[in-house]
Amino acid sequence: MNTPIILTNLENVPGRSTVEHYGLVSGSTVRAKHVGRDIAASFKNLVGGELKGYTELLTESRNEAISRMQAQAIALGANAVVNIRFSTSSVAQGAAELYAYGTAVRVE
Amino acid sequence: MSDQNTETLGVVLLIAFYLSPFIFMVIMGLVGRTLEKKHFASIRAREAATASLPVITSKSADSTLRVVKAEIVMGSVVVSLDHFKRFLAKLRMIFGGRVASYETLVDRGRREATLRLKESCAGADIVLNFRMETSTIANTKGKQGAGGVEVLAYGTAITYGGPAATPPPLPAVGA
Repeated sequence: MNTPIILTNLENVPGRSTVEHYGLVSGSTVRAKHVGRDIAASFKNLVGGELKGYTELLTESRNEAISRMQAQAIALGANAVVNIRFSTSSVAQGAAELYAYGTAVRVE
Repeated sequence: MSDQNTETLGVVLLIAFYLSPFIFMVIMGLVGRTLEKKHFASIRAREAATASLPVITSKSADSTLRVVKAEIVMGSVVVSLDHFKRFLAKLRMIFGGRVASYETLVDRGRREATLRLKESCAGADIVLNFRMETSTIANTKGKQGAGGVEVLAYGTAITYGGPAATPPPLPAVGA
């Protein structure tokens, strides 16, 4: 992942000092799988194992949530987001919400 | 004689017809078992290959080394049970106790997700603040709990480059 700003899930950026805090930034996305994927997954469900369609979908969505969080941090003038956490919840049948949040900071 | 043969054949076909969902399930179970064994073999091989990269839940980097790069890394996978194991799990839920089929499923998911995380940062020296999150995602046709689990593993990959700049020597005391 080529990111314009530093992202970590530590409380600071190792080797650098935090000079300014900008508060919480977050990004979320709600995605539903499309019918084709659902059918393919239900076949795969018979023999078990990895459901690749879902893995891809969730990875894509999570990257989307991260880039929204990044955009927010950049708009605040931050150059790093620390202490990032993820959370996933199914909001409706067949739809999942992916949420990423962290603290925007400026490091030197 | 020929009549009796036809009758036997009829009975056999009838039994096969009523048993067909079960036979189908067993076949799916056997295929699933083979795939699972293959998956576990691949997991073990890759775990051995990536054993040199430590993954820890501690948050602090080694302060005696200079950190060149710190970035968030992730690995995720969605895995599901096969038809037969799902049936076994449902049976188990009547009597209670250990649901072994779900135990291996979650084990498979966790190890695979961790491996993907490790493989995504091959050049790093250590992964700090490792966290794992599990959620049920795929509910097939509205049936709760019949789907798969998603495992997300994440942490911060640290790349060290040489020793940290040594602090200036302290003034000698009492000299």
